[in-house]
Amino acid sequence: MLPISVDEGLTLTTLIDILVQGILLGGLYALFAAGLSLIFGVMRLVNLAHGDLIVLAAYLILVATNALGVGVVGGLAAAIPAMFAVGYLLQRLLFNRVLGKDILPPLLTSFGLSIFLQNGMLTGFSADSRRLPAGGVETLSVPIVGGLAIGVLPLLTFLAAVCVIVSMNQIFYRTALGRGFRAVSDDPVTAQLMGIDNRQMFAIAMGIAMVVCAIAAFFLGLRANFDPTIGPARLIFAFEAVIIGGLGSLWGTLAGGVILGVAQTAGAAVDPEWQLLVGHLAFLFVLVLKPRGLFPRSAD
Amino acid sequence: MSVLAHQRFSAATGTRLSAIAGVGALALVALLAALPFFASRGLIQDLFLVFSLLALAQYWNLLAGYAGLVSVGQQAFVGLGAYALFASTMLAGLDPVLSILIAGAVAAIVAWPVALVVFRLKNAYFAVGTWVVAEVFRLVVAQIKSLGGGTGTALPKSVTNDSALISLIAHVTGSRTPAARDMAAYWLALVVVVLTMALVYALLRSKRGLALSAIRDNEGAAGSVGVNLARTKLYVYVVCAFGAGLTGALIYLQKARISPDAAFSVTDWTAFVLFIVIIGGIATIEGPIVGVLIFWLLQDQLAAFGAWYLMILGALAVCVMLFFPEGVWGALAHRYDIHLFPFRRRLVVSGGKGAT
Repeated sequence: MLPISVDEGLTLTTLIDILVQGILLGGLYALFAAGLSLIFGVMRLVNLAHGDLIVLAAYLILVATNALGVGVVGGLAAAIPAMFAVGYLLQRLLFNRVLGKDILPPLLTSFGLSIFLQNGMLTGFSADSRRLPAGGVETLSVPIVGGLAIGVLPLLTFLAAVCVIVSMNQIFYRTALGRGFRAVSDDPVTAQLMGIDNRQMFAIAMGIAMVVCAIAAFFLGLRANFDPTIGPARLIFAFEAVIIGGLGSLWGTLAGGVILGVAQTAGAAVDPEWQLLVGHLAFLFVLVLKPRGLFPRSAD
Repeated sequence: MSVLAHQRFSAATGTRLSAIAGVGALALVALLAALPFFASRGLIQDLFLVFSLLALAQYWNLLAGYAGLVSVGQQAFVGLGAYALFASTMLAGLDPVLSILIAGAVAAIVAWPVALVVFRLKNAYFAVGTWVVAEVFRLVVAQIKSLGGGTGTALPKSVTNDSALISLIAHVTGSRTPAARDMAAYWLALVVVVLTMALVYALLRSKRGLALSAIRDNEGAAGSVGVNLARTKLYVYVVCAFGAGLTGALIYLQKARISPDAAFSVTDWTAFVLFIVIIGGIATIEGPIVGVLIFWLLQDQLAAFGAWYLMILGALAVCVMLFFPEGVWGALAHRYDIHLFPFRRRLVVSGGKGAT
């Protein structure tokens, strides 16, 4: 991206550049957010350890890549079932026991888990920054009009986000499993009377959310350095994307990610220190104007 | 009818046990106030941190345990108070002790518009929303170059040592300035924590406290019997911001060195505080006291292990949530019906010999 200063003025090219880069960055944020959105939709749980679980998935991919020697895509293929198991077991052993009418226990449990995971990873993998071996993909770009070029990796990230959202919507609205998800989400008691095992549904949903986390971690680790402490910031980006987009709509979450991505990219273009601040301010701005987000579907 | 005619009904909160506890608490405070004259400097420094964390824990408990406002962003007000103290002493040249009060007021004034935004989010979303606000504060403060920007700054010696209070203590006790500084910080922290607990207890026993308990038990029902939900929550949020700002200012007056990452740290000013309340027992006044003592013990034993210590603390909080969601004190109080600082109104029936 081209750094600009006020004297140079905003040329059309820089504006388009900011917009394109921001939209593509939004794809990554939508990947962070999709799992969070699914879990909230199915069981009204806000998992404060979501960001740390993304970082955990990045380390799993790294370890699998190095251990198996099958390349980074092979590493992702190995991490996906592992993360599904992590999610399934977390839900079965932990979250199912604390979910209930009171929102405090699940929230605080996930906060405790977040601190546990961060410091566990710090002990296991040290505080050093790591990166997934991208094999040169990170430097490739496709030229578009006016001397602008789009990076191949951000483009792939955005396409992956679209594919994940299409697949999740397919599961949610076209399969028996998705019908179960919608049933327990709408009315857990009646769903149980109809023979649906709520706890099993919740565990599968958490497993799927963790698979999405693994995909998000794959693109995060290819594009930038990661270390055990970056989880909470990923949680906040994911959360902002979900709220900007409106609860209950995955396409809304993608739009929320894009708005956050464009705001951050625009902020960074003025001054790199402003990237996060402008992103947060955009979120608060949307919250003041439209408290239920831009494309709300669910009633809560 | 005739049975009822002989009986008189009244509501009471106090018990004989609570009267004994009150006297015991006064004696303990007197003992703690006299402690700097015979305890080691290390113990005084330790207790300073214990009191500060206990004060933060009491405010968080009021917020989350009673008003149902589960914030993970109280570090916003701790950091804001701390920076307000630095601005007030370094830039405006005011006395540090006066600046602590100013810092609390600044936090309370800022909390009001913040509440208007974050109150749009419910439950868990409110929690993450408060965290975003804390991040915004951290990033904005890092832009203020006169307060050291992103790398932070230190209080000059003239601020930390030349305060009227410290000179007075040094003069009266005949101790050197660094020791007098620790004593001043200790006594200020003791005053803050005692006033905090008195304030929280008085609030919970008042009419507003009854409204808060009603909100905690059933928000919809509380609203339907005339509790003004929005105003009560706003009131508690602003009071807790004041407390967090005041305590934050005190902590950083003692540390004398500040940076945005430390002052707005979610681990130090929210995670620890939250674990103290959970492990001790949420929605009781005694719980955070038990929690902070357990926390102190663990820190004393395990702090050398760094990341392991935090892992254990996180795991402990999760285990308490799984197996004793009422916390250590909550479980004991429930089992043996002990309430040292009761605020629940009990029905007292007197007279009525004819009662069956």
